[in-house]
Amino acid sequence: MINIFEKHQPTEMYQIVNERGEYNEAALNDLNLNNELLQNMHYWMLKGRIMDQRFLKLHRQGRIGTYGPFSGQEAAQVGSALALSKTDWVVPSYRESLVSMIHGTSLKQFLSYLKGYFGGNRPPEDAKLFPIQVIIAGQVPHAVGCAWASKLKKEDSVTTVYFGDGATSQGDFHEGLNFAAVYNVPIVFFCQNNQWAISTPFEKQTTSETIAQKAIAYGMKGVRVDGNDVLACYQVAKEAIEKARKGEGPTLIEAVTYRRESHTTADDWTKYRSQEDVDAWVKKDPIVRFERFLMNKGLLTTERKEEMVKQFEEEIEKAVKDFEGTPLPPAHETFDYVYEKPHPQLLKQREEFKNRLER
Amino acid sequence: MRKLTMIEAIREAMEQEMEKDQNVIILGEDVGVNGGVFRATDGLQKKFGEDRVFDTPLAESGIIGTAVGLAMNGMRPIAEIQFLGFIYQTMDQICAQAARMRYRSGGRFTVPMVIRSPFSGNVRSPELHSDSLEALFMHSPGLKVVIPSNPYDAKGLLISAIREEDPVLFFEPMKLYRSSREEVPEEPYEIPIGKASVIKEGEDATIATYGGTVPMVLKTAQAFQEKGINLEVIDLRTISPIDTEAIKESVDKTGRLMIVHEAVKTGGVGAEIATIVSEECLYSLAAPIVRVTGYDTPYPVQTVEDDWLPNVERITEGVENLLSYQ
Ligand SMILES: Cc1ncc(C[n+]2csc(CCOP(=O)(O)OP(=O)(O)O)c2C)c(N)n1
Ligand SMILES: [Mg+2]
Repeated sequence: MINIFEKHQPTEMYQIVNERGEYNEAALNDLNLNNELLQNMHYWMLKGRIMDQRFLKLHRQGRIGTYGPFSGQEAAQVGSALALSKTDWVVPSYRESLVSMIHGTSLKQFLSYLKGYFGGNRPPEDAKLFPIQVIIAGQVPHAVGCAWASKLKKEDSVTTVYFGDGATSQGDFHEGLNFAAVYNVPIVFFCQNNQWAISTPFEKQTTSETIAQKAIAYGMKGVRVDGNDVLACYQVAKEAIEKARKGEGPTLIEAVTYRRESHTTADDWTKYRSQEDVDAWVKKDPIVRFERFLMNKGLLTTERKEEMVKQFEEEIEKAVKDFEGTPLPPAHETFDYVYEKPHPQLLKQREEFKNRLER
Repeated sequence: MRKLTMIEAIREAMEQEMEKDQNVIILGEDVGVNGGVFRATDGLQKKFGEDRVFDTPLAESGIIGTAVGLAMNGMRPIAEIQFLGFIYQTMDQICAQAARMRYRSGGRFTVPMVIRSPFSGNVRSPELHSDSLEALFMHSPGLKVVIPSNPYDAKGLLISAIREEDPVLFFEPMKLYRSSREEVPEEPYEIPIGKASVIKEGEDATIATYGGTVPMVLKTAQAFQEKGINLEVIDLRTISPIDTEAIKESVDKTGRLMIVHEAVKTGGVGAEIATIVSEECLYSLAAPIVRVTGYDTPYPVQTVEDDWLPNVERITEGVENLLSYQ
């Protein structure tokens, strides 16, 4: 244990591997990661990037609906998600597709969400995963309640909730943090500060220097981590999760990263930010950095990487093709999940709807 | 006359009112540099400065709550809620605060604020981006609710809304933002809030509607016209206060009424209109009232929405039912 929470101020940025792939030897030794985990981190980050770029292309071809890309944020998502156990809960927003996949959502399920199929936002039965939240910060109090329930039921489960920098302006964020601290629930608040909330830059969102420092006001630990450094994200998340598991309180993590693409496929970043802004962050790319590190350690070769890219592209292509062959679920299912049992008026509407579509 | 889309007409109304009155300001998410996600406020920050067009932090309750205070102290804020589905975040500030400030303070304070918000479906948007929530506000005394269906009305109604002394909710059907270009006068003009417009005259039956369903209702009525059936179409334009007179006058003439809206059926605008008719002119009716609306479920996913919403097929069937009753 490095014990980040004792040694670092919330305003200091914690980092293990820098932009050039150089690393903090002591911190790394302390982490004591096996090669398999390192390769798994790389596997998910690279797969995530390829998937994300592929989805953008599918949108341009009119094959999926609005899509919110996460390119640039792979380290924050993979580092934190791999620090979780399967028995831990994940409560995502719309930006954490990669976290949801690591925690159990299939590519097929995600495609059905993107294509607007009924049931597309139904998390798999065996995954401790909440559905994708569209309302900014709405999921934060839910996550606190979820963690609170684990505590009341005396279950060994920690909840991690994901949200963005913009979400920290909402009342739900502040109310959620306060409840979590008051009831000392086992939760980790994982904020991906990607510098932008659509067109609104971080400086216009808050005058706090950091998001991490907001934790102090609620009497909890806050830590700022380099969100493009997968090892640092993993380390910080791991310590926060273990702390929560031991009943030692909630944590607010601010992962400093960057949204490389537009907000969604309905947005155009050239309206509000400069190419220089983007270029400066592209230099800090999480995957390039980690690959340098792995290659230095002899854990990755260029040939191996090319193989992986090819394999992921094929896998995704196949999943998309397979999915496009599946029939739409019957439209009248839209009436089946409003209540446990539809009331008589609703049943009547369902019949009318179904008959009309079957004519 | 030059022609504008609805979004251009909305933008122009704000621009002209800001020129006329220094106290008119705009606040909302992404309304400044980005000019709004639909470009309704495009160029306005550039023209009027950062002290009149504000990119706010991401907090709807904060936007409306501060707009109430701004309005109570002499400003005339136009607040944008990026999509109507996010207005749930602000229910207290709208219904429990803005709506009753005049009443609470015995007339000492008013809240001359406009809340603009895009809504309505058929545009394949994500969850909570297409919901029609207008009926929630119809149920709050103190508020006015305006929903335009074309560029000309949009400009005149928005100007009236900005000049109003009471809070006005102004809901804009996204699918109509750029669907047509129509003649819009260059000079500012007002269209009175609370007045419906008969957009097609007829004597066989009345269809009352508003917002996103207006064009498809008109199209259906024209198809019936070719078969010799003359339908009267009323575009309500304001749903609170509702134009009781216009509804009564039309139903007295036609004896048949159908109501079309995207919002869910139960407790909706249609239910209110049907009650008004039963109170005001029940004996004019020759047939039961028909409603063609969204179903009583949450707004559905993209692959289901076109079947779930009113469409030409459903409206046609509704008219046939309405006329078949002898
Ligand atoms: C309550 C609410 N308000 C507004 C929106 C529209 N909206 C969607 S994403 C977004 C920006 C969110 O920024 P941030 O929290 O930083 O997350 P990011 O998109 O950067 O991951 C906005 C304003 C929404 N979905 N919900
Ligand atoms: Mg952000």
